[in-house]
Amino acid sequence: MTLLFDKHAKPSIQEVMESGKFLITGEIGPPKGTDIDEMIHHIDLLKDKVHAMNITDNQSSVMRYPSLGTALIILERGGEPNLQVTCRDRNRLAIEADLLFAYTRGVRSVLCLTGDSVPVGDHKEAKGVFDCESVQLLQIIRNMEEGRDSGGNELQGGVKFYKGAIVTPEADPIEPQMLKFEKKIEAGAQWFQTQAVYDMDNFKRFMERARKINDKVKICAGLVLLTSMGAIRYMNANVPGVFVPDNLVKEMADAPKGEALNTGIRIMARQIRQCIDEKLCDGVHIMAIGKEDVVPKILEEAGVDITKM
Amino acid sequence: MIITTSKPFEEVLKELEGQDKVFIVGCGSCATTCETGGEPQVAEMKAKLEAEGKTVTGTVVYEEVCHELNTKRKFRENKEAVEAADGFLVMCCGAGCQSVREATEKEVHPACDTVFLGNILRQGQFVEKCSLCGDCVLEDFGAICPVTRCHKGILNGPCGGTDEGKCETDKEKDCGWTLIYNQLEKLGKLDRFKRIYGLKNWQASMKPGRVIFERKGEGGE
Repeated sequence: MTLLFDKHAKPSIQEVMESGKFLITGEIGPPKGTDIDEMIHHIDLLKDKVHAMNITDNQSSVMRYPSLGTALIILERGGEPNLQVTCRDRNRLAIEADLLFAYTRGVRSVLCLTGDSVPVGDHKEAKGVFDCESVQLLQIIRNMEEGRDSGGNELQGGVKFYKGAIVTPEADPIEPQMLKFEKKIEAGAQWFQTQAVYDMDNFKRFMERARKINDKVKICAGLVLLTSMGAIRYMNANVPGVFVPDNLVKEMADAPKGEALNTGIRIMARQIRQCIDEKLCDGVHIMAIGKEDVVPKILEEAGVDITKM
Repeated sequence: MIITTSKPFEEVLKELEGQDKVFIVGCGSCATTCETGGEPQVAEMKAKLEAEGKTVTGTVVYEEVCHELNTKRKFRENKEAVEAADGFLVMCCGAGCQSVREATEKEVHPACDTVFLGNILRQGQFVEKCSLCGDCVLEDFGAICPVTRCHKGILNGPCGGTDEGKCETDKEKDCGWTLIYNQLEKLGKLDRFKRIYGLKNWQASMKPGRVIFERKGEGGE
């Protein structure tokens, strides 16, 4: 079978994970429009600093440049993409077709998400699709790997992806979230990235629960960069499943004028170091949300160099 | 119960532009309970239209406007007023409105928006618990419908947007999946929660829906 891409410049996420290395991933948020210069700058900045880059799929239900198109740009620039696929905007036919295309163009890792609800975004009157959801999407991919689409029809050439999923350690209540985590593994999830965690003690408790359910599946902590007190207040009030604990709020509040971002960088670097030193998890996923420029600085402060890991 | 809300009166007036003589239809069933098309609302609409210079040739409120044979019968009973009208204003659900459409060649105008199949909590309070999907899944989920009571209608557990058991779209709304979890736990049937639910058949009741029951004594085809 002819695959329409050159040799991959980087090892796949699966290869990194299976070699026992601590995985470092970053995130690219595509722009709203065709001006992709800044996004390409971020890709070039991150491609050798992280093992792979997630590409968000109409993140927060806000219409943007597509995740699949961005994944191809990352490959072209010599990086490794982790393609986020949500079920909000496409039905099972559209998702399967996209996955066939992604596979032939060298995408090797897919993160399966249900997707945020439509009304939280900027196309509030759009119809939410949700023909399937994250667990069923994992099953769809597994079927496609076995050569069948979800209609039970035989594929002329299947796919092969390292199948990722997400879990929300701060969900309230947590019990049904953990049962869903278990179902995702059963449906084929090989690795997880968590939604944002700030409270490392809560994350430790989550990891204990997760390890009891399955001690083989790979789990990476999702870390979101704190940039300002305004951002913290907004997140605590508006972002589901995100809770910035008092000690970090205080640390940010105490930062001298103009030093908030540097304080956020220091906090994340410390969290990365803690994850590595205390062997809390298998990797970290850095969400800088618009401040991708500072990711190299975060990694430097954390003393992390993927070329020397 | 089909839940309706009233369209703004200005919108109704716009619909009726050029229609000077109007016949008003209200419904004695759901729209009476919703207080969108019962006797009092029809009387109020009549007065408001007359104040705007319209002639109301007649009004009628009867059970189940959606019953097409009934509607035709009611129109025959009110022949004179019906024939005198330029058009019809229907104060009930979209089904009722289209039932009226089957009974006349003249213009038919909706006075309500039809919002959902609802349960009645108390007077004037309605919630949606069933979305008429045609493939009932209640047995698997402790008789709480995830298709309806989860905003995303997902079938394998809560999304990450659950917050203190409330939905990410509206803090006033319960997370359907938290309700399902609590109910299945109470029943000692969390194994059902753990079971992976495959892709749903969204075409079980293919639009436009049609059910024809075979009547006893008449035999098959």
